[in-house]
Amino acid sequence: MNEIDDILRGIRRKDPRAIGRAISIVEEGDQRAGEILQILDEETVQKATIMGITGSPGVGKSTLVDQLIAYYRRQGLRIGIVAIDPSSPISGGAFLGDRIRMMRHTIDRDVLIRSMATRGRLGGLCAAAGAAARIMAGSGCNPVIVETVGIGQAEVDVVSLADITVLVFAPGLGDDIQAMKAGLIEMADILVVNKADCPGADALVMEIESVIQGRNCPVCRTIAPETAGIEELAAVIRDMDQKKRQNGQFAQNRQKARESEVLDWAVEMMRIKLKNQLKSQSRQIKGDPRMIARKLIEEISR
Amino acid sequence: MSKHPAFVAWEEKVLKKTLERTPERVKEFKTASGIPVERLAIPETPDEKYLSEIGFPGQYPFTRGVQPTMYRGRFWTMRQYAGYWTAEESNKRYRYLLEQGTTGLSVAFDLPTQIGYDSDHPMSRGEVGNVGVAVDTLLDMESLFTGIPLDKVSTSMTINAPASVLLAMYVAVGEKQGVSRDRLTGTIQNDILKEYIARGTYIFPPRPSLRLTTDIFEWCSKEVPQFNTISISGYHIREAGSTAVQEIAFTLANGCAYVQAAIHAGLDVDAFAPRLTFFFNASSDILEEVAKFRAARRLWAKLMKERFHAKKPASQMLRFHTQTSGSSLTAQQVDNNIVRVTLQALAAVLGGTQSLHTNSRDEALTLPTEDAARVALRTQQIIAYESGVCNTVDPLGGSYYIESLTDRIEREAFELIEKIDHAGGMIAAIESGLVQRQIEEAAFEYQQQIDTGERVIVGVNRFQEQETALPSVFRVNKTTEENQIRKLAEIRAKRDNQKVKKTLARLEEASREKDNVMPFILEAVREYASLGEMCDVLRKVFGVYDEKKGR
Amino acid sequence: MADKVGRMEIRQQRGRILIGKLGLDGHDRGAKIIARSLCNDGFEVIYTGIRRTPEEIASAAIQEDVDAIGLSLLSGAHNELIPALLDALRQAKGGDIPVIIGGVIPREDVPHLKKAGIREVFTSGTPIQTILDAFRKITGEHRQNKHTTS
Repeated sequence: MNEIDDILRGIRRKDPRAIGRAISIVEEGDQRAGEILQILDEETVQKATIMGITGSPGVGKSTLVDQLIAYYRRQGLRIGIVAIDPSSPISGGAFLGDRIRMMRHTIDRDVLIRSMATRGRLGGLCAAAGAAARIMAGSGCNPVIVETVGIGQAEVDVVSLADITVLVFAPGLGDDIQAMKAGLIEMADILVVNKADCPGADALVMEIESVIQGRNCPVCRTIAPETAGIEELAAVIRDMDQKKRQNGQFAQNRQKARESEVLDWAVEMMRIKLKNQLKSQSRQIKGDPRMIARKLIEEISR
Repeated sequence: MSKHPAFVAWEEKVLKKTLERTPERVKEFKTASGIPVERLAIPETPDEKYLSEIGFPGQYPFTRGVQPTMYRGRFWTMRQYAGYWTAEESNKRYRYLLEQGTTGLSVAFDLPTQIGYDSDHPMSRGEVGNVGVAVDTLLDMESLFTGIPLDKVSTSMTINAPASVLLAMYVAVGEKQGVSRDRLTGTIQNDILKEYIARGTYIFPPRPSLRLTTDIFEWCSKEVPQFNTISISGYHIREAGSTAVQEIAFTLANGCAYVQAAIHAGLDVDAFAPRLTFFFNASSDILEEVAKFRAARRLWAKLMKERFHAKKPASQMLRFHTQTSGSSLTAQQVDNNIVRVTLQALAAVLGGTQSLHTNSRDEALTLPTEDAARVALRTQQIIAYESGVCNTVDPLGGSYYIESLTDRIEREAFELIEKIDHAGGMIAAIESGLVQRQIEEAAFEYQQQIDTGERVIVGVNRFQEQETALPSVFRVNKTTEENQIRKLAEIRAKRDNQKVKKTLARLEEASREKDNVMPFILEAVREYASLGEMCDVLRKVFGVYDEKKGR
Repeated sequence: MADKVGRMEIRQQRGRILIGKLGLDGHDRGAKIIARSLCNDGFEVIYTGIRRTPEEIASAAIQEDVDAIGLSLLSGAHNELIPALLDALRQAKGGDIPVIIGGVIPREDVPHLKKAGIREVFTSGTPIQTILDAFRKITGEHRQNKHTTS
């Protein structure tokens, strides 16, 4: 029996075992990944909204996601979560603990949760997370949430694969809003101040509003682990999703995300090749590294 | 040589009163070979530092002990935590112990009870009656204390998140026996903060939990004035892998949080502080442990006096129970554990504990067998009756090493407490995971020392042996769970369910408002509402706590 | 393996392991030390925390497609909960995922647990390296099988 066929059938039947295996195959860059991704029902994947949720450690992202899951389940929706945490650059290992906050949904067959480590990849992470999100979408999850820590380029890139990006803040963590102005804040579609019942929340909202002046970017308040503000946040997300789909931004975004995924894969594949080429010649590296690099590329494209 | 005036003052003001009230065990104490034993050895010429930092037992800052004569007056209470039977079986055991002259009972509850689940809850599967007694309704509590007059015993209950419910059940049993509340004595652990830090049997988030705690303080100070309303525990913090300094720093910081909360709720510090008790760990590094206990006593006295302006000496005294370290016991060469427990118990006694539980040698393998539990008790008796360390007060006080280590532990613990203050207090430090992370760090480092062989554990990483014999283990009776579930179904069918519903609704209302919930819990208890039903009401109002993500 | 700038190759992962606590006891010192040691050894550890039911562990393990499950139990509920977990895993088509347990487990229970399908049982005092070696071996085998069956 062919495992891939089993997996493909399993994804359509929403079998968690098959979905889990499929994501691993894609994540590990296995040869068979292409087969899986090709066969996903394109229309179903298009219909699903991929939501990126990011923010500094301690803002309560996982708790907020947990509340969103509960909300979407009450609406009868099937939902997927890809939770990304950094790998240790030294050991290559990772501690993936985001599930703890979402354990109450574990035995719900219509909630898929997948923890993923950055594995230090420059581009591969986007590819892996994007593919995982599409596999979940292909099995009927809508929306799919990709949760990452908002530090490091790789994690920020992941956000770019989302249709809608939500950036979460919380009072009392000393996030430097001004410094974030040029980066994450500009990428975000929706800003959330979580723990809005804690001291400093009003000041934080004011500071954020002053920074985004002139941009049409909603600022929501939530109090996860309570449900306060969740329904409102979901409504803002829904409206934005509709708007983006109508004005063509959605399709444009998807196209761009696809492009960067392709690019990521290409870079990742090239990197391995280039590295092997560099090693194979045990050459002395002298002179301008840029020149040598150019030569290296010429060599492998011959 | 004339006596120092401070010593004379202590003899006159403190010691004399105690001797009048409780005479010493014997008229004259002697060593094994007949040399007379001094009650309290002090320097020939006590200097300023001695007088202010070490002082005399039973007097501020209590470094040398909380009573002036310590174990010359009476030994510590040998209190063994036990109970892994049904209520009926435990009751038999308690009655036997009482016939033997015991006056203090210690009740262990099973995990579902500790986490507020009824025995028929899906989460309770496999756990009913495992590590303690299963209590679902007042009926179980009645069976537990059948034939035991509650005005004649003191009962210690290891219960935290649902402490108010179990306390209400105890009071209700007293009512049925015709024992008025002011005659009930005992202790509830009721220390929820350390559950988030180390032990894990929390239910609600910290802030509403702390409100339940202060509700108990307030209600008890009026209704059950002789009950110790909390046992602030470092034991589990240490078991989770903390250092000795962290153990007392986090425990005393928890203590400060409770005191603060109670003062905030409008209580007078000298009204509730004398009812606060502590619970520490004793591990095998004897001298560090002795210094730790002495430092904890001094630091708490200072905190109570300087930070909270407590005036009564009883409010400044750190009275504590000790248990030997369960995590230090090894599954290899189990008999070695008897020796470990002996060292640890000795540390607790030299450190001036008020009561002591010694672990059984087989606890790394199983719940204690009766045989092993007996040896554990005998260990305490040998220290008390044969070792001679009980015949003089604070025998290690004045040792250069002990005093300098005591100073250092006190200083480092205080610095750590200040760090927690800076982080916004204990609740904020728990919510941000600060405290948990520090303990995990220490635990990991300790484990690495064992793995590298830097720290030797006999029989584990040195002096290993091939072992073949299977030690006998304790088994919970398989029918316990079924019986308990059946009993619960029966009471649910028999009770007045309309009334149960009504009292639960009133409890919900009270917990939403700022009313003291104790009277409402008692009302529901009397109608045989179950522990799980009451906790579900509180879960609905307060929410539940999820653990921190960790690293 | 990491190169100097801290980028790792995509492949050559040691594997993914679920670490959690089955049953109601809250003593997570051992589970956390194991989780951390496995991370330091290059594994990706999905940590599920305390008070997990057999069904939750099985479901999480399947969704995360782990190469092994490591569980700690100290309350004495293993004889009831472990068979329930293995059942739940089999029902979710994850019967091939190896399970390792640790904690307060009487030695005389070990043969029964192994017969039921538990791969290794570690009691207190086991050196971490022994436990790491077992995980390496067992996850290595499991990954090998995953690749050859496809």
